[in-house]
Amino acid sequence: MTAPVLSVRRLVKEYGEGDAKVRALRGVDLDVERGDYVAVMGASGSGKSTLMNILGCLDVPTSGRYLIDGADVGELDEHRLAVLRNRRVGFVFQSFNLIPRMSALANVELPLAYGGIGRAERRSRALAALERVGLADRVHHEPNQLSGGQQQRVAVARALVTAPALLLADEPTGNLDTASTRDVLRVLDELSVSGRTIVLITHENDVAAHAKRVIRLVDGEIVEDRRQAPVDGPPPRPAEAAA
Amino acid sequence: MSPYEILRFAMRGLLANKLRSALTTLGILIGVAAVIMLVAVGEGSSRSIQQNIQRLGANTLTISPSFAGGGRGGMGGPQQAGPRTQARELTLADARALTDRSLAPSVRSVSPVVNGTAPAVTYAGASHTAGQLVGTYPSYFEATNKPVARGTYFFDDDVLAARKVVVIGQTVAGELFGARDPVGEQVSVAGVPFTVVGVLKEAGSTGGQDADDVVIAPLPAVQQSLTGFGPLDSIVVQASGAAATEAAQAEVTAVLNQRHGVAAGGAADYRILNQATLQETVSEATGTFTVLLAAVAAISLLVGGIGITNIMLVTVTERTREIGIRKAIGAPRGAILGQFLLEATLLSLAGGLSGVLVAYVGTRFAIAGIQPVLVPSSVALALGVSAGIGLFFGGYPANRAAKLRPIQALRHE
Ligand SMILES: Nc1ncnc2c1ncn2[C@@H]1O[C@H](COP(=O)(O)OP(=O)(O)OP(=O)(O)O)[C@@H](O)[C@H]1O
Ligand SMILES: [Mg+2]
Repeated sequence: MTAPVLSVRRLVKEYGEGDAKVRALRGVDLDVERGDYVAVMGASGSGKSTLMNILGCLDVPTSGRYLIDGADVGELDEHRLAVLRNRRVGFVFQSFNLIPRMSALANVELPLAYGGIGRAERRSRALAALERVGLADRVHHEPNQLSGGQQQRVAVARALVTAPALLLADEPTGNLDTASTRDVLRVLDELSVSGRTIVLITHENDVAAHAKRVIRLVDGEIVEDRRQAPVDGPPPRPAEAAA
Repeated sequence: MSPYEILRFAMRGLLANKLRSALTTLGILIGVAAVIMLVAVGEGSSRSIQQNIQRLGANTLTISPSFAGGGRGGMGGPQQAGPRTQARELTLADARALTDRSLAPSVRSVSPVVNGTAPAVTYAGASHTAGQLVGTYPSYFEATNKPVARGTYFFDDDVLAARKVVVIGQTVAGELFGARDPVGEQVSVAGVPFTVVGVLKEAGSTGGQDADDVVIAPLPAVQQSLTGFGPLDSIVVQASGAAATEAAQAEVTAVLNQRHGVAAGGAADYRILNQATLQETVSEATGTFTVLLAAVAAISLLVGGIGITNIMLVTVTERTREIGIRKAIGAPRGAILGQFLLEATLLSLAGGLSGVLVAYVGTRFAIAGIQPVLVPSSVALALGVSAGIGLFFGGYPANRAAKLRPIQALRHE
């Protein structure tokens, strides 16, 4: 039994002070095994994004412990954190977060550049990632020249271009039509098959049906943790996505 | 990440915002150019003033009569100023006494001078009222630094024979002769015919007075026909060298005190104007002027600097979200900081260098009659200050943003 990729203990996150204090997470305990495919569901404001930001090392919890591969994230220094975000974690934001006035290709190349990868390899890997999300014909467009769904797919390409062991996606299909959603889910399924660990947030049951495990959050607490498929098996692909 | 990579990021960052980059560069350009130009104008004017003083003559002392505080003639009244019996005029004998090698070894030449005021000079119907008529000796030309452009000076012979010959300034020559050569022509000065033997080289105007509007003739000729044989208006003494002016002044003082019966410590009845002293005083004054201009320049640099600061702060604040994205995908703080510092450096450098270029071109042209002189230290200062401001105010907020947690930077409005 290896250590879980993600391990969260009594995680609490509070925003604001005094009367305006919001308890977004109220003591979350969660372990995610290597190769698992987890869908996080819950009503709006239930703390899904808050949890995800902490898992992606973008934010720090008010209290509680968070381990990645057994290492306590709270004890990593600034530089180690940067390397961790770059090499181990791919993050897809709910609101895309592409850099404006930079082409799709340049946006996707960016994590590789910070990872110290040479220009030629960077370019070919970025092009491959964009092709994988079906945007081979939009590589030189800037974010403001792309539709919401296309921007989201660029963001997915940027998250998977470094081939991270852990992919975190905050509503990656929230802005996509059924066709694009299918494309993105196919990519995620493929990544899951290849052994990557995926955690995604979704409101849609169709999307959650792709996951091996579904977690439901209510008011900052996990109220349901349902396994749909074994960790080391393939993702349970529904018929309509496979078709 | 390699430095080259960071440079490419910085270039891309600048090109993504062409207008803002151009405006920042322009702001720095104007600040830098203004400082360099203002200091250059200050330096240029102070040099031109010094040149004008030097043009008055090198190493010369001008002795003129002084009756201040003295009991001259019937102007009795109580005298606070020492035991002086009666003020005496400067005479030709005084001038001769100063040529005594044993009493005044530091004196090279002595030129007695009489001035006639504004004589009408006419030639073939053309008439011009000259600003100044000078009757003197040939040594005057060298002592007061007045070379001839055409013809010759007059000589000791002309003085001895009281010949009616004259050397005229450029203004007089232009008024009377136009483009023709005046040498050898006969002009009449206040009704007396003189032959023109030379024309002075153009000297330019000194403090509002046209130094070229002058007529110079041998002393006896002027006295005979125009001023009469009265006292001298002044004596121009040339010292044997720049270092000898102080000694010459002391010797002249000794000789004249003795001849005029001025007791040691008593008030003299003459005044000695020392060119070297004058030059010192004036360069002090122009130094103050330059400092004043430099202060104005410093203020414009400060204002320019505030402009740069403003743009840099806005730029970084506006891009805090971008910094958040870069951090979220794993950019190390050094890379982010490096990019923003490099962007600021490139802007400061581009603005600063083009400012220097503009100032360099600008100082090629005379401004309000003053030829500006580029001062290298002002270039260094202007460049240094603008680059420093650009770097600090580009780097400081970028560093602050790069320190934020990614999510804080991403949520930044
Ligand atoms: N920066 C913040 N400052 C204050 N309160 C915040 C902040 N971010 C989130 N919250 C609050 O924390 C709670 C959880 O927010 P969160 O964004 O995690 O919800 P969510 O589950 O992702 O919702 P959605 O499905 O709408 O994206 C909400 O009540 C929200 O108002
Ligand atoms: Mg959310």
